Amino acid sequence: MSEGMPLADPAVPMAAAPAGREEKGRGVAGLLLRSPAFLLGAAILLFWTACALFAPSFVPYDPFADDLLNTLQPPSAEHWFGTDQLGRDVFSRVLVGARDILTIAPLATIVGTVAGTAIGLITGYFGGWVDAVIGRLLEVMLSLPLIIVALLVLVALGPSTPTVVVVVGLVFAPLVARTVRAAVLTERHLDYVAAAAVRGEGAPYIMIAEILPNILPPIIVEGTVRLGYAIFTIASLSFLGFGVQPPSPDWGLSIAENYGVLVGGFWWTVVFDTAATASLIVGVNLVAESLQRALAE
Amino acid sequence: MKGALGRFFLRRLALSLLTLWLLSIVVFLGCQVLPGDPARAILGPLADPRAVAALNQQLGSNRPPVEIYLSWIGGLLTGDMGQSYAYRAPVAPFIGHALVNSLKLAAMVFAIVVPIGIGAGVLAALRAGRPLDRMISVAGLSLTVIPEFVSSIALILVFAVLLRWLPLSASWPAGSGPLVQIQHLILPALPLVIVLFGYIARMTRAGMVEALSADYTRTAVLKGLPWPTVLGRHVLRNALLPTITVIAAQMGYALGGLVVVETLFRYQGIGSLVLGAARAKDFAMLQAGILTVGAFFIATTLVADLLTTLLDPRLRTGGRR
Amino acid sequence: MKHAEIAPPVLELRDVSVSYRVRGRAVPVLNGVSLSLGKGEVYGLVGESGSGKSTVALAVQRVLPPNGHVSGGQALVNGRDVAALDRAALRRMRARDVAMVFQDPGRALNPSLTIGRQVAEVFEILGSPHGEALRRAESMLERVRISAPARVMERYPHQLSGGMQQRVVIAMALAKDPSLLILDEPTTGLDATIEAEILDLVDTLRREFGASILFISHNLGAIAGLCDRVGVLYAGRLVEEGPVRSLFRAPRHPYTAGLLRCLPRPGLRKDLSPLDTIPGFPPAPGSIVAGCVFAPRCGLADDLCRRVDPPLVPTGEGRLSRCHYADRVDRLPHAGGRPAALRNASGEVDAPPVLELDGLSKTYGVAPYAVHALRDVSLRLMPGETLGLVGESGSGKSTLAHALLGLVAPDAGSRMALDGAALAAEVRRRSPEQIKTLQIVFQNPDSALNRSHTVRRLIGRAVTRLGGLAGALREAQVTRLLEAVRLTARQLGARPRQLSGGMKQRVAVARAFAGNPRLVVCDEPTSALDVSVQAAILNLLADLQAERRVAYLLISHDLGVVRYLSDWIAVLYLGRLLEVGPAANVLDGPHHPYTEALLSAAPSVAGERSGRIRLTGAIPSGVNPPAGCLFHTRCPRRIGPICDTEEPPLVADAQGHAIRCHLPREKLGRAPALAPA
Repeated sequence: MSEGMPLADPAVPMAAAPAGREEKGRGVAGLLLRSPAFLLGAAILLFWTACALFAPSFVPYDPFADDLLNTLQPPSAEHWFGTDQLGRDVFSRVLVGARDILTIAPLATIVGTVAGTAIGLITGYFGGWVDAVIGRLLEVMLSLPLIIVALLVLVALGPSTPTVVVVVGLVFAPLVARTVRAAVLTERHLDYVAAAAVRGEGAPYIMIAEILPNILPPIIVEGTVRLGYAIFTIASLSFLGFGVQPPSPDWGLSIAENYGVLVGGFWWTVVFDTAATASLIVGVNLVAESLQRALAE
Repeated sequence: MKGALGRFFLRRLALSLLTLWLLSIVVFLGCQVLPGDPARAILGPLADPRAVAALNQQLGSNRPPVEIYLSWIGGLLTGDMGQSYAYRAPVAPFIGHALVNSLKLAAMVFAIVVPIGIGAGVLAALRAGRPLDRMISVAGLSLTVIPEFVSSIALILVFAVLLRWLPLSASWPAGSGPLVQIQHLILPALPLVIVLFGYIARMTRAGMVEALSADYTRTAVLKGLPWPTVLGRHVLRNALLPTITVIAAQMGYALGGLVVVETLFRYQGIGSLVLGAARAKDFAMLQAGILTVGAFFIATTLVADLLTTLLDPRLRTGGRR
Repeated sequence: MKHAEIAPPVLELRDVSVSYRVRGRAVPVLNGVSLSLGKGEVYGLVGESGSGKSTVALAVQRVLPPNGHVSGGQALVNGRDVAALDRAALRRMRARDVAMVFQDPGRALNPSLTIGRQVAEVFEILGSPHGEALRRAESMLERVRISAPARVMERYPHQLSGGMQQRVVIAMALAKDPSLLILDEPTTGLDATIEAEILDLVDTLRREFGASILFISHNLGAIAGLCDRVGVLYAGRLVEEGPVRSLFRAPRHPYTAGLLRCLPRPGLRKDLSPLDTIPGFPPAPGSIVAGCVFAPRCGLADDLCRRVDPPLVPTGEGRLSRCHYADRVDRLPHAGGRPAALRNASGEVDAPPVLELDGLSKTYGVAPYAVHALRDVSLRLMPGETLGLVGESGSGKSTLAHALLGLVAPDAGSRMALDGAALAAEVRRRSPEQIKTLQIVFQNPDSALNRSHTVRRLIGRAVTRLGGLAGALREAQVTRLLEAVRLTARQLGARPRQLSGGMKQRVAVARAFAGNPRLVVCDEPTSALDVSVQAAILNLLADLQAERRVAYLLISHDLGVVRYLSDWIAVLYLGRLLEVGPAANVLDGPHHPYTEALLSAAPSVAGERSGRIRLTGAIPSGVNPPAGCLFHTRCPRRIGPICDTEEPPLVADAQGHAIRCHLPREKLGRAPALAPA
């Protein structure tokens, strides 16, 4: 409660009554369900997830089928979003195109969050030379733009779905690690850590059972923010030719294939993929932002 | 005191050099060791083993890695960045030319985004919780996450295809004056501006909100100072200092975004150079390009750190008491 | 109140109510507070946390946080309604009439401007040109007794000590020669000797400047020493008001009476009598209490009190009380721990010591920047006894506790022994038995209890680790511990944020006792708590000691707390032991000059301010400690060059009372004979 009154009497609300405050978990859920931003974001996310799961079975056309007699048709009753350079139905491709990105991005996010959390816990808890050495290595990683690191590794190893997952995950790990480390450092010198040490607990117990539960909220927020950036990065990589490979209807890839004809006025070949990408990322971000707000309350 | 500051600068410089050196190893590993057999990677799985061996011989990649690394670093120190396989020419001039172009674009981006971003952040903080703040926050937040290729397409469609206000290509005709160059750079700069705007505005807002609610600001108000003086002398000064570091960190991000933007707008900068080298598996060019990007980022961070230290009396005068 | 008849009061609150909007709900923080301050008067506003006392200050200056607003009543400064002032007039009032000093001077000063700039600003608003403003700023710093004002002018806030910073803030406040000065907890967070200096300064300056002062504090002693009149706030209401001497001598409201009885006064000791407490908790802000707000906690409350909210009524000689039974307050029954008879005297005469420290040193950093946090400290502690460790910041008392607990490794050559067996530097290399034997209660339970664990888990884990119990045995032991610290099984499922400060500290105590320790380090165990809660925790610690024969190493800056619990007292300064001995001998004297200064720095409710020994100057830094006797730079009894060059030895008398001073014992100070309280 005190967060609402920055200048107030320091302990105005130190309510003694246990019933005075509802459980935090319910509070967060309640706040989220009352936030229009969260509801909008979640709706967008649900829509695309449903598309990724079920679109192949209900789209009007086969998203992979060429129709060379009907290339670059503008939107019409038959082809709601028109057709692309190979005559494929853009509407079907856009719906099915959610598949790859919604598989790779969450996996990469999980890899990055788990690895980053582990690194952040270790460097933050032990400090000293462990922190110095790992910290320096992370800084090296962070001195390159993410997309370039990803590019470098993907060129060397060749693009494939598992490689993209691992590479994007590992590229994100230092960022997550930095957030987690900062959170650990604030916990580290709280006395409950000292109290655990004084009763002889080992480092793994202290890190996992004592510290981790207290830094979960920032990790969850960081995870959702990272999901947004994972979509961003993977879409960009696909656009550059190092992410999802043809003939997938992936949005970034489709835009790369078709933006050459944009100048010719065939806007529908890219506009819907563009809008889809933007909506998905904005949706994830709305969820991330509302979550952050709710957890900060 | 002076001595302590000098020592801090030296220490910071040494750390940057260490980072740079480690970066060179990472880049080297990525370009020379990770692919295993560079010639095989270039020529593809179906190539004749003899051709592969010959190319490896030509590239010098059949030597032990340590030797390759040392000769690469040795070359770098004397200004020789190696030979490009794709262009069959020295790498250095390409990098130099591309870097200058990219810096022009980056300068354009920052010239637009820094004033707008800081201005919006300050404004949002001053109207915290009111509709204007909401608007700036929501806009910043949504724009920050739009990939450059997505916003580029929207911008091209509107400004180059529909309205025809701005030239589509970032490359200007040879011999163009600065005004024409600027005109060509606006459209490619905008996607990066869009991405960076939200970030800078958000950080500025956070710094401002903190400074506005700080005890020292209350002290200033209670002194009876006029609000503009409170703002100018007490709030902005403390609020904007951290923003320097944020802007510098975003510089590195901007360089990454250049890869996409330069490709889309066919602009010959370091980003499109790196991407081209990656596509052509031109490893010498790739490693030189990436190292340049990294070195540039490390240098900006260093300058930002030193600047912050010089401007912040708590850091400048060192220690407590 | 000499001019009260002619001029309007400097400050007048008429029925002021303030509420904060929290999650869409209006939470009242102040409820119809009225008070008035005459010219040159010092009014003390006292209350525990949550009483709303700081809100009064914010409301007067119209700087309530965005979610707070004055929901009723008026605040008048020099007869003008503050709420009715327009922007310019409000600014003029802040620039000329009202000045304010807050807690935490480090944050009240702008970190990126020099001191000179910040002080001169005040004169510039009043119309001085820049050069003159700087000159006046310098002379203002001189008036708050800053010794080298020209040098301080060029400094930045972070380069000054806390005491120095607060002087600068006071200088800024008084620079405009205000008619009203509001001091909100101005000394909280400062060391005792520094606090005494600042309070003295305020006392002197009030005469020099003639400003009326509203002094807001939780510290009854500080109020007693400084104020003419005092008002007591409880749950947003003024419950009692009157001249300070008579109010503290004979309170007319049960809450005031309870607060005063809670204080560990001289003459009270753990083995003589328990401290009084105020049972229960203050009402949660916003909760609706029918009748008197204090009734649920009041020993005098009856049906009337629970039904009818008493008005603030005069009780004679300028006194007001909000109690139906103001005339019966002296008959308020005592509430607190069990009777003293149940507490047996401590100390086993012939037992071996539970703790021995021999030549304990700790140095941080390396040669040119090394900080000697502890220098060659030797102490021993008998089973069932309490050793009080006293010292200000930088004295090394926390380092000592951390070294003992194995959280920092002492320098080579230091020896620690627990029950006669050597104690390894690191926890990992200590035996399970030693870990069990030695536990700790930290200062701040919010920090010491993991906020994501339940009480069951917090205590249960300790029972498992230290008591080696599992399953039903563990449950049973957790329940027993809860009972021992006067909590109930109802709290088992609660997380720390659902408990009050006192309850949290009880959980922390229960956890420390999970393995039947023989030695518990109590690191400022009550300094994060309100006085009424402090008394209950001190009683608890005393009871547990009597029941379980546990020894305490009690670290505290509060001499009242140390006096109540300790059998032995050790005084540390810059890591060096200056004095150690049986509690009574250390408290009665002869004292080391530093101990003497500490004792006279502690403000007492009786309010006598004469015969104080005052230290001047800041506590030296551990990086560059003084040569010779470490204390000579601040010592009021320095005898000559020998103090600057030669460190005196620690010399003990027959009773084990050791003092490190060149002065012969008979020349050292003694406590004045205590008048019966």
